[in-house]
Amino acid sequence: MKSSAMVTPRPAREAVSNASPAKVAFGGVSFSYPGRQALSGVTLDVPERRVTAIIGPSGCGKSTLIKSINRIAEIGTEVKVEGRVTIDGQDVYAPGVDLVDLRRRVGMLFQKANPFPKSIFENVAFGPRIHGASRAGDLDQAVERSLRQAALWDEVKDRLGTSAMELSGGQQQRLCLARVLAVDPEVILMDEPCSALDPISTARIEELIEELRERYTVVIVTHNMQQAARVSDRTAFLLNGQLVEVDDTETIFTTPADRRTEDYITGRFG
Amino acid sequence: MDSRIESKIGKAGTVPVVPGAVRRLRRGRWREVFIETFLRLNGFIAIAAILLIFIFLFKEGIQAFRTIPAGHFLQSQELDFDNVPQTVRLWQPVGQNPKYSLIPLLLGSFLVALPGTLIATIFGVACGIYLAEIAGKRTREVIKPAIELLAGVPSVVIGFFCLATLATFVQDALGTTFRLNAMVGALGVSLVIVPVIATMTDDALRAVPGYLREGAHALGANRWETITRVVVPAGASGLVAAILLGMGRALGETMIVLMATGNAAQVTLNPFDSVRTMTATIAAELGAVPQGGEQYRALFLVGSLLFVMTFLINLVAELAVARMRRRLAL
Ligand SMILES: Nc1ncnc2c1ncn2[C@@H]1O[C@H](COP(=O)(O)OP(=O)(O)O)[C@@H](O)[C@H]1O
Ligand SMILES: [Mg+2]
Repeated sequence: MKSSAMVTPRPAREAVSNASPAKVAFGGVSFSYPGRQALSGVTLDVPERRVTAIIGPSGCGKSTLIKSINRIAEIGTEVKVEGRVTIDGQDVYAPGVDLVDLRRRVGMLFQKANPFPKSIFENVAFGPRIHGASRAGDLDQAVERSLRQAALWDEVKDRLGTSAMELSGGQQQRLCLARVLAVDPEVILMDEPCSALDPISTARIEELIEELRERYTVVIVTHNMQQAARVSDRTAFLLNGQLVEVDDTETIFTTPADRRTEDYITGRFG
Repeated sequence: MDSRIESKIGKAGTVPVVPGAVRRLRRGRWREVFIETFLRLNGFIAIAAILLIFIFLFKEGIQAFRTIPAGHFLQSQELDFDNVPQTVRLWQPVGQNPKYSLIPLLLGSFLVALPGTLIATIFGVACGIYLAEIAGKRTREVIKPAIELLAGVPSVVIGFFCLATLATFVQDALGTTFRLNAMVGALGVSLVIVPVIATMTDDALRAVPGYLREGAHALGANRWETITRVVVPAGASGLVAAILLGMGRALGETMIVLMATGNAAQVTLNPFDSVRTMTATIAAELGAVPQGGEQYRALFLVGSLLFVMTFLINLVAELAVARMRRRLAL
């Protein structure tokens, strides 16, 4: 067994390699911004109800990869996409795809917690309102359920009307998670969700991810090797827009197949 | 700047020191100090100028109270033909029994500024939203300078246009009694402040961080929902500031109202009546009255009042901008 610096993978789970059907699948995906190709020929299966970590050095295309699933990457710019990105076998780039519905099914947490400058309640109610909920009772219920799921309810239940901007960074990120959960997504994307958080807040988010994997398919981009090892079932290593290797997390962190993966996780570059 | 100086010093340690280089270095240092002092001085000069103008206006204006009883700035008594005293609210500074009621002037100013701001708000905010949120880069590069060009049209030209063309058009369209009236002035003034409101709305919305838009889209909001439910509410204080600054400009606008409103100081709430604003009164009368006389001082009082009003409006606008920055944690 190759030594892997300071990374201890999570206790072995059942191997997922072949156990779980793909919820999201990339088939030979190339993705270009004007004058810049960010992904080339990525083929990757994201298993259902598992946590998949995407690792790789800055600029290798991690954000583009996950934002191509909910088609956020194309906002405000022109992009060219080749290959297929599918959810439950349906191509998300097919003509006539309902983006509103796609984004309801695929929620996202960002690197910087981005609550709206509105009340805590209104932040969580935002998604349900967009998707047509208007009965006060339904909204109250959705808000409470989501805040509980995001382990934030007890901290904010007495001040749902105060501005979300008054919460701490960690609370804001959990609020953003509640906001995503309120629309009942199937897939949750996380783009370095803890990179701006202190260790305690990070630990809380990681606990939440552990709970989320029971019901949701989670894809998390992280710079932090330990975090990938702690929270994920599968890990994909991306380099210069290409998928170098994807495997069970334990395998990646103990016996990676590719030399470049080993160099990266042992901190020799990136 | 500093790092460059440091690297030069570092080099001086290894290579023989060239006297010219040291002198150049020292001169660079001085230039920096000089520029900094100069800029700081300018900041102070701006504050000093505002204070001085304020003192200058007030010192003269306050003296109006020496000869005119305070109540007369609201209303005064006048004997009618049957020698019965009547209460009048008139600005009539010449004649046997001059009258200095500020009420018709205040009403005139607001009858122009409020509709003018309202009209400009509708177009300016729409335009700002379009620029910041909808227009593509290329469209923006055409529209934005065009709007700024509108802001550069001399107000006398706009006044001329109002007087000659717009007034006739408004009268034909609405059948107003007076050809020149507050509404014609308001329309003219709105031409001047649409660019103010549009550019400031654009600035305010562009200051709304992109990650809020991204967050809204990621939750399934379409572009319209993102604009109306996230971007505009987030930039609301900035929009308020834009509108208030526009209103400050509208209250202070002089040439257009002088030419377009008919200049009849009367107590009315009808925006289609001829009116006379505070600014037009000062512009029209100040040059023709003896310095230091009663009317002269009364006009300075009008000026002081105008100054205080616009100052307060701008102050609130500044506070609104500060509030927006705080709210968005920028
Ligand atoms: N909107 C964009 N327009 C042009 N190039 C972009 C855009 N977003 C990202 N890129 C480029 O695509 C590459 C991949 O970016 P990204 O997916 O953000 O990488 P990562 O998240 O791994 O740091 C980078 O070179 C980046 O500069
Ligand atoms: Mg990234």
